[in-house]
Amino acid sequence: MKVLVPVKRVIDYNVKVRVKADGSGVDLANVKMSMNPFDEIAVEEAIRLKEKGVATEVVVVSIGVKQSQETLRTALAMGADRAILIEAAADVHTDIEPLAVAKLLAGVVKEEAPGIVLAGKQAIDNDMNATGQMLAALLGWSQATFASELAVEGDKATVTREVDGGLQTISVALPAVVTVDLRLNEPRYASLPNIMKAKSKPLATKTPADYGVDVSPRLTVVKTTEPAGRKAGVKVGSVDELIAKLKDEAGVI
Amino acid sequence: MAVLLLADVNNGQLATDALAKTLDAVKSLGDVHVLVAGQGGDAAAAEAATLAGVSKVLFAEGHDYCHGMAEATAALVAGLAGGYSHIAAPATAAAKNVLPRVAALLDVMVLTDVTAVIDAETFERPIYAGNAIQTVKSGDKVKVFTVRTANFAAVGAGGSAAVEKISGETAQGLSSWVEDKVAASDRPELTSAGIVVSGGRGVGSEADFALIEKLADKLNAAVGASRAAVDSGYAPNDWQVGQTGKVVAPNLYVAVGISGAIQHLAGMKDSKVIVAINKDEEAPIFQVADYGLVADLFTAVPELIEKL
Repeated sequence: MKVLVPVKRVIDYNVKVRVKADGSGVDLANVKMSMNPFDEIAVEEAIRLKEKGVATEVVVVSIGVKQSQETLRTALAMGADRAILIEAAADVHTDIEPLAVAKLLAGVVKEEAPGIVLAGKQAIDNDMNATGQMLAALLGWSQATFASELAVEGDKATVTREVDGGLQTISVALPAVVTVDLRLNEPRYASLPNIMKAKSKPLATKTPADYGVDVSPRLTVVKTTEPAGRKAGVKVGSVDELIAKLKDEAGVI
Repeated sequence: MAVLLLADVNNGQLATDALAKTLDAVKSLGDVHVLVAGQGGDAAAAEAATLAGVSKVLFAEGHDYCHGMAEATAALVAGLAGGYSHIAAPATAAAKNVLPRVAALLDVMVLTDVTAVIDAETFERPIYAGNAIQTVKSGDKVKVFTVRTANFAAVGAGGSAAVEKISGETAQGLSSWVEDKVAASDRPELTSAGIVVSGGRGVGSEADFALIEKLADKLNAAVGASRAAVDSGYAPNDWQVGQTGKVVAPNLYVAVGISGAIQHLAGMKDSKVIVAINKDEEAPIFQVADYGLVADLFTAVPELIEKL
């Protein structure tokens, strides 16, 4: 069984986000970019499925600017076998919407016929949490979102999901789309020899036109602003003072 | 045009607070029809009909819609979409699972975690873990969105809408429910609690997290945790407050042993009053706290419990 893993190049998790003064968006020029952390977990899980003998091949795909190649190379260095880059944007500030991404991925799925698509539950840039669900809808497949455990048995997968108040376990018929949550695994670091080896793994480059998909946005961004700040209050000297403030000044207890 | 609002129902129990806050968010968009789906949802449907601003309740009974199973529920909602300009739901785990699927079935984009409805086409939502707020306009024929309930006030009772039974698409054998492991608790629910007490990495162990719970119980509060505490195994994931967990806005938020990483602040910075207890006076949590106490939590919290 083949596993397809979509990966997104996003601002690095540790970089402080700066909103452009003219309200046009977040400044991504000369900012460190990395693989979306949830996608890293998906890549790791796919590689583990291969190591367990469940998966035969791990194919990674990225949709975005040309530099997304680096993200794909990272996935190849972790252990993915092959990569597909769909060059859909020229400017790093262009975010391809989840619906368009899902349509492109549906095109890739038709060519590659994977048994599972393993995706991150959300990207840490637009925080949309939508692509996996949308892809499952377009394909008419079952979906299991926010996975914290995944077990594949024959033509079914049992998935434990992170839901409000606890965990839910469901069984999905394969092929299926599974989106992964933080606690599924801890992604490995690529070793230097594997980083070198990744450079010679196959990476195909495509365009949205190859899949007949129009990626023009449905949403217009009117403006992007900084969230309202919050001012620091006062430091209290003791527990007694804290209780007094909460009772008399704030009136919350 | 009207709004179709998908209610969150779990084992026949309506998530009333989430629905009431979502009603507040969508009240300017037109008549609101609430959809209650699932076997045994009669009482939930009747309860939804009493909320202010609900003009009709649609009740689709059927096992296929139970447990928030995405495939059948999304097909049901998409089948009803023709009569509506907007399809909304509170941004619960269940709706986050279902609504993007609905949007794709309708060939429209979805907007998740909406924090403000500006007009019928324009919405605000946080991006980059709440470090930026984006205002977006949708040109789609139906606007499908989830609402971050912490930003809205719950509407009251006073409605008397009619409940109409409907039927719709059912499952196609794609998925089946196995079990729920939901911790039973007498404490208030995290996203609707008036007071939340959260512990962070500074608590140091799962055993010591009991101290946080004890303080919460003293205040009749819900218990939260930072992602660091969850990652370290001190607290379960469904207690997580932050961009990757729950977003809360209680009257009082008490952060104990939490440094205040951006991702945590994104989940609680809209709280009315924030208290921080941390022994590191340089901790960023103090920059957002109304009342900061620089102290060792293992002496301050027991003292607080005793004196409250």
